[in-house]
Amino acid sequence: MAVSVNEAVPAGPVRDRTPPARRVAGGRGRSVLEVVLLAVLAVVMLFPVLWMIETSIKENRDVYAVPAKFIDFQVTLAHYRDVFVAPGGGRSALSVAFLNSVLVAGVSTVLATLLGVPAAWAYSRFTLKAKKDQLFFILSTRFMPPVVVVIPIFLMYRTAGLIDTPLGLILIYTAFNLPFTIWMMKGFVDEVPPEYEEAAMLDGHTRLQAFRKYTLPLLVPGIAATAVFALIFSWNEFVFAVFLTSSDSVRTAPPAIAGLIGGTTVDWGLVAASSVVFALPVLLFAYLVRKHLVAGVTLGAVRR
Amino acid sequence: MGTVTLQGLRKSFGRVQALDGVTLDVPDGSFFVVLGPSGAGKTTTLRTIAGLEKPDAGSVHLDGRDATGDAPADRDLAMVFQNYALYPRHTAYENIASPLRARGRSPGEIAEAVDRISGLLHIERLLRRRPAQMSGGEMQRVALARALVRSPRAFLMDEPLTNLDLKLRVEMRTELSRIHRSLGATFVYVTNDQVEALSMADRVAVLKEGRVQQAGTPAEVYERPANRWVAGFVGSPPISLLACRAEGDRLIGTDGWSLPRPGWTTAEDDRPLLLGLRSEDLSVEQRGDASLPGELYGLEPLGDRTVVDVRVGTAILKVKARPTISGSPGERLLVTVDLDRAHLFDASTGQSLSAATR
Ligand SMILES: Nc1ncnc2c1ncn2[C@@H]1O[C@H](COP(=O)(O)OP(=O)(O)OP(=O)(O)O)[C@@H](O)[C@H]1O
Ligand SMILES: [Mg+2]
Repeated sequence: MAVSVNEAVPAGPVRDRTPPARRVAGGRGRSVLEVVLLAVLAVVMLFPVLWMIETSIKENRDVYAVPAKFIDFQVTLAHYRDVFVAPGGGRSALSVAFLNSVLVAGVSTVLATLLGVPAAWAYSRFTLKAKKDQLFFILSTRFMPPVVVVIPIFLMYRTAGLIDTPLGLILIYTAFNLPFTIWMMKGFVDEVPPEYEEAAMLDGHTRLQAFRKYTLPLLVPGIAATAVFALIFSWNEFVFAVFLTSSDSVRTAPPAIAGLIGGTTVDWGLVAASSVVFALPVLLFAYLVRKHLVAGVTLGAVRR
Repeated sequence: MGTVTLQGLRKSFGRVQALDGVTLDVPDGSFFVVLGPSGAGKTTTLRTIAGLEKPDAGSVHLDGRDATGDAPADRDLAMVFQNYALYPRHTAYENIASPLRARGRSPGEIAEAVDRISGLLHIERLLRRRPAQMSGGEMQRVALARALVRSPRAFLMDEPLTNLDLKLRVEMRTELSRIHRSLGATFVYVTNDQVEALSMADRVAVLKEGRVQQAGTPAEVYERPANRWVAGFVGSPPISLLACRAEGDRLIGTDGWSLPRPGWTTAEDDRPLLLGLRSEDLSVEQRGDASLPGELYGLEPLGDRTVVDVRVGTAILKVKARPTISGSPGERLLVTVDLDRAHLFDASTGQSLSAATR
């Protein structure tokens, strides 16, 4: 029977169903153990995050206090101000870096999606010569760790005049996200029966109209999930950013924040505050599309 | 107008030859059934007519014009898909309206057409539901409505009744035949159900492994099967086949029986043959000079009749009998044969040796 991607695996029920079942099976002793283990895990995982947040709102003298102050410190938002405002007034270098990150990650994600979704659709729907080999080639570009190719790319970029330009970073991130987008989206397109498009073509639409009108809406959860992953990759990317950019006006946030460490004194409050600011957009975005993310991930993982 | 002509269609998927030279002539206004077992290439045939599949060789003519390379949208056809392909995000109403919307009809016109067709198919109460909220049979009727809402050159239907329960299926058969008559449109209808084919079709093409085995009226296909395969596929219970050879004025069974040689067969002596006998042309109750000795193997009461399985040598004959008949397994009996209605096939090629002469 024909079912659509989102009708097939609604995100809600999947999440709602599992916990009660486990509680019933577990009984009381098990659930106590579970809670303890989860608590330990949570502390281990969350302590650095908590420490980062604390540090970002501590006065400088409390940051360096020995023994460390957990609760009884002076709260200040000065570090957050310093993230955005330069010491002498005006825009800080970090805030420029954040804007650069938004630009580079946003544009490269949009580009990878715009190119990758139609490509995935084509790979899913059409008979192509050596399709498997093509797909493998596309995937193989992701086998190499970025560090391996960064030097050749650096040399190419120098010749092409792309060193230290936002365009250079956008291009390389798009190139890195495209294979991922194609592969992940192909899985989603495969899930949508081609008959919807075919019925639409008999209705009187062209193939592209049929895709846009009937298949594309069913792919939205998949596109959202894929785009979030691409966005997170571009947002977090460090190696290329370090090698391919140098000036404060082009640099993205990861190398800019890393650049705060080093020199004679390290302003840990500023480092922590900028890290919090850096983490927030990704958390927020993942939170906004969490429903699609769950649907997307379970679909890709379970129904193949 | 709505003629569909297929000329030598070939289509392969990798190593599978789905269509192996399909030539068909669908006359205007006919109810044309393509009958065949699973994997015969029925869906592929329909999809090629619709333009969803590009043939490796051969041509599709619509109303006499070569349409082999035309886009599906330009062929003016409507299709009911084997898996319905109802748009999941849309209500039944929107689904049924979609072909009209795509062709830019006015909202008033669309509402009127959807009302008319949903009345005809008794789906008024489904109109606001989405496919996920409908049963298989309901989806199937909505899919039919989506095709029937327009007046295209021809309707293509891929096993549109398979998912209905028996009662509904019988009802819908009559309904579809009625709709076909009232529209006077060309239907190309695919099924693997020979009862459906025999009861609904003006013309039938029997397909097997991508080849048309026989095309003709349902009566022709039933009465004069072109080969042993068609004879076996069409008709229920299936035709019984007995190995034999002609010898002078007798047919001698490999199992030792002997029957008068029918006057109509041209088979030369000693050629290995298959004698095909349909259940209604056999009797265990009448007496005649053409009869086969056998023993009762089993009884299959079907309400209006009983099918008696009779073992003759190594073969089992299916014999139609009155519903009240009784007997115990092993009992000896004589099966009377109506030789004028029997079929002879060449045992090696399977080709009919009787069709041409009667
Ligand atoms: N897209 C495809 N890729 C590969 N093989 C295919 C494809 N479509 C059909 N086939 C093969 O071609 C042959 C004919 O398929 P087709 O779907 O036309 O059969 P069918 O007569 O409609 O059968 P059914 O009654 O089961 O629907 C089958 O062997 C099938 O496996
Ligand atoms: Mg089929």
